[in-house]
Amino acid sequence: MSANAGLDPVAPLEPPVPTQKPIKTTGLHVGDAEPGCRKVDPILVVDKVRRSFGGLTAVDVDHLEVPRGAITALIGPNGAGKTTLFNLLTGFDKPNDGKWMFDGRSLAGMPAYRVARMGQIRTFQLTKALGLLSVMDNMLLGAKGQTGENMFRALLPFLWRTQEEANRAKALDLLTRFKLDTKKDDYAASLSGGQRKLLEMARALMSDPTLVMLDEPMAGVNPALTQSLLDHILNLKSQGMTVLFVEHDMHMVRHIADWVIVMAEGKVVAEGDPHEVMKNPAVIDAYLGQHHDEDIGQDPGAETEHVSAIKELLDDER
Amino acid sequence: MQPTPTAQRYIPRMLAILFVTLLAALTMATFSVSSAHADEVGTEFDFTISGNVQFNGDALDGVAIAVDGNGYQADTVTDTEGRWAIGVPEKGTYEVTLDEETLPKGVVVAKGANVINAEFGLTDRKSVNFFLGEDTRNTVSFFDQFVNRFVNGLNFGLLLALAAIGLSLIFGTTGLSNFAHAEMITFGALMTLVFAVQLGLPIWLAILIAIALSGALGWGLDAVIWKPLRRRGVALIPLMIVSIGLSLALRYLFQYFFGGSTSQLPGAGQTDLKFGPISLSPIDLISMGISVVVLLGVAYFLLRTRIGKATRAVSDNPSLASASGIDVDNVIRIVWVTGAALAGLSGVLWAYFRPGVSWDMGFQMLLLVFAAVTLGGLGTAFGALIGSIIVGLFVELSTLWLPSDMKYVGALVVLILVLLFRPQGIMGRKERIG
Amino acid sequence: MDWEAIFNNAAVELISPTTAAYALAALGLAVHFGYTGLLNFGQAGFMALGAYGYAISILTFGFPVWGAFLVGVGASVVFALILGIPTLRLRADYLAIVTIAAAEIVRLLFTTNTFASVTGSANGLSGYKNGFAALNPLAEGSYGFGPFENNAYDTWLRIVAWSIVILAALFVWQVMRSPWGRVIKGIREDEDAVRALGKNVYAYKMQSLILGGVFGTIAGMIFALPRAVVPSNYQTTLTFFIYAILLLGGAATVLGPIIGSMIFWVLLSFFSGFVSRAVEAGWLPFMTTIQGGQLRFILVGVAIMLIVIFRPQGVFGNKKELAFVR
Repeated sequence: MSANAGLDPVAPLEPPVPTQKPIKTTGLHVGDAEPGCRKVDPILVVDKVRRSFGGLTAVDVDHLEVPRGAITALIGPNGAGKTTLFNLLTGFDKPNDGKWMFDGRSLAGMPAYRVARMGQIRTFQLTKALGLLSVMDNMLLGAKGQTGENMFRALLPFLWRTQEEANRAKALDLLTRFKLDTKKDDYAASLSGGQRKLLEMARALMSDPTLVMLDEPMAGVNPALTQSLLDHILNLKSQGMTVLFVEHDMHMVRHIADWVIVMAEGKVVAEGDPHEVMKNPAVIDAYLGQHHDEDIGQDPGAETEHVSAIKELLDDER
Repeated sequence: MQPTPTAQRYIPRMLAILFVTLLAALTMATFSVSSAHADEVGTEFDFTISGNVQFNGDALDGVAIAVDGNGYQADTVTDTEGRWAIGVPEKGTYEVTLDEETLPKGVVVAKGANVINAEFGLTDRKSVNFFLGEDTRNTVSFFDQFVNRFVNGLNFGLLLALAAIGLSLIFGTTGLSNFAHAEMITFGALMTLVFAVQLGLPIWLAILIAIALSGALGWGLDAVIWKPLRRRGVALIPLMIVSIGLSLALRYLFQYFFGGSTSQLPGAGQTDLKFGPISLSPIDLISMGISVVVLLGVAYFLLRTRIGKATRAVSDNPSLASASGIDVDNVIRIVWVTGAALAGLSGVLWAYFRPGVSWDMGFQMLLLVFAAVTLGGLGTAFGALIGSIIVGLFVELSTLWLPSDMKYVGALVVLILVLLFRPQGIMGRKERIG
Repeated sequence: MDWEAIFNNAAVELISPTTAAYALAALGLAVHFGYTGLLNFGQAGFMALGAYGYAISILTFGFPVWGAFLVGVGASVVFALILGIPTLRLRADYLAIVTIAAAEIVRLLFTTNTFASVTGSANGLSGYKNGFAALNPLAEGSYGFGPFENNAYDTWLRIVAWSIVILAALFVWQVMRSPWGRVIKGIREDEDAVRALGKNVYAYKMQSLILGGVFGTIAGMIFALPRAVVPSNYQTTLTFFIYAILLLGGAATVLGPIIGSMIFWVLLSFFSGFVSRAVEAGWLPFMTTIQGGQLRFILVGVAIMLIVIFRPQGVFGNKKELAFVR
């Protein structure tokens, strides 16, 4: 997941601010706020997770704990390995080695769909609204444990009709909250980029998750919608869910995050309170030491090979 | 669907009627490329003894077969597809005899096996097949056969590689799985046939013209179909289905103009030269030489020339290549021309290897080309080369253990097995999800 | 020119068992390609397994009709598992290559002389129809009217064939409007998104592959009942024609494959009837009757291209629902 050049958040004139004043959760960690520090009540514990593509190590996290019931931001320069870490933690990619626990249960080697069933739901940086399904169908797909999702039971509507109606009511409720209820019968493809982000988040909530992982929820969203998105994220916390999100926009991070984890070159380089962590020299180094502006491509190996091929090419030209 | 030439000369009128009926039957039946026998006897009976006389996968026509039993006698000869059928009045046991005198030179029936006692089972049809061998078969040791097959497989692999590299480059630069590549292969062979046989040009000149025309065909297809579709932003799977439609249309267009028969290019079927255990015709040697030289040329083009490097850059990442000042459309055009020219050459060599030029010869080879490209790793030119050699060797060497009419089965099974254990192919990179 | 005969022959195709067989095979492909986004290029292999499974069970093992039917269906389930296990985790085009290769393997195994005693090699099999004919409840005689008039066996065959097609269509219609169908369509749109919602995408794809494959297999049996089983009928080209029918009718529709098959066969019959008579009448002096026969295959190819480019939703597809996976 990359190439976000065209999707960077449109810089608003004034930084987006949630409509209500966020109540920050404090006292999350034990001891000093250093990389890999222990948390009072961690929901996700990562140990020695490493992933390399060809010769390039994309993620090499020694130890990381994500606090329960709080909003944690995962930040870092482009190519720091944030999305790769997301993919690893949610079962969308396999690490070379390492293990991690969610709610005390090991997730290593577990396929993505089982991770999701355990209550750890993710969204994607490039939204994955199911374009040719209606908005309502998108929502209904999110519901867990549906009887009618078995092929043979699907033939007998009376077995799943009641459950379907309940899911439909729940979906409509969520859609109303996300102001998408008027669009429920439209194809998801007809929604704007921001509305798709909202739909994806609403869809994730259909399964009553315990941990919501949002990959750049603000990327490509119209500024008018950012505020409501921020509100929704804060609401997740007030409803008792844990949020882990990747974000580039520092204003937003400062406003809503209770805890910030900074990654650079695949490693966790700093952790802490959002206001404190920004002053950390390691963070400033990480952002300034960035080699290039564009995100690293689908396959870093290919990219370096490619860059060298182009360099050769240009050398020939001279 | 094609009459034998002799039959056409003698009974044109009856044939016309036969074909109208056949067409009607086909509409109700199915699209099959091969069909009825030109020469069936005893069609008035309900029970049929039939067979297929082939040697090393080549149909043998004009072989006389006789049936005798239950007070009934009949004989026939095989058609151009090597098939024969004799209707018999009742179920029972018949003595089927193959007349060894009518076999082509160098082909014999295994000792004493030219007479077979055929007994009907539950069906109304009984297949009788004779096991044919090379005259010298008994004297060839396993090792010698192995070496011989190996060299043949190398030859086949090299000509396969010519087509596979083109297919792979097109896939790499445009993402298209081009099913019409088969027809670009056939086109090269057909054009050689036209210029060498029908217009009587020297064979080397005919081949050069055919390759040039193949390149022009590639250019034309890109300009008329693929470039406009890229501009419209048509997704890859619809593009692939368009190429299937194009493949069908071109294939039957070839059949429309050239008919369903197989013709030989000049020089085909020369006697083999012996190099120890290896027997190769001069054409085989020239074919391998041409393949190696052309493949080296392609390697030089990809590794050393500016445009070749640009091609690899586009293959890796078109948008990045475009951003760094490479004219992607130009690169793709060159890839189409090169790919088509290579496919055309491959078709010429394939026509000598099979041997023979026919309207669906490219389609017969297409799956092996796809197998080679997938084995090597989709979109990598050098992977395609290695994949081709593996497929070529596998097809030929498997005939040591498998009957020759199953030689493609082995290669295709290997394809599926490789995908099972190494889905990115032999040279491909692992994919990243997410 | 005998227009009446041309129209009559074309009308016969409207409800012929072959049309039913192609409709059912196309319905199976609709489940694969239109609804799930699976690129199955091996439908001809599934059909061959149906035809041979049925014929061999009866001829070699003396099974009753229902036993032969189950053997065919069982063979295609096994075939779908063999195809699906290595490829359904991979990118879509790998399934395309593996299915096309596997269908060819099946055809070559049925063609080879090695198993001639069971498969009849290139000559195929016949004489397996008695069991099916014995089930015919219709008395001897002629049924129907005009071009649709048939003898008892042919009428019985048509009734069975089209009943199966209608049942299969109802089945697809019902499952596709259920939560199961929603997951299936979601997978077509973006399988990672569906996976992230806790659905076992791999299992769903496998179910879809088996379901569509079983339809293909039953289609192969229907296809075999009015004729003999000959391996050359089950070439890759057969799969391509079924794709043509599917695209014609609309890939993600229930009625599309059925109406597509009817249109395809009626038009094809009309066209070949017209061309062959026009050639005989000397209207097309530059063409022989054989060439006239080939002309329609050229047109099928061109039609596939034009439909995909200009009307990707097919004749009956919803304009918005362009049923193509990326």
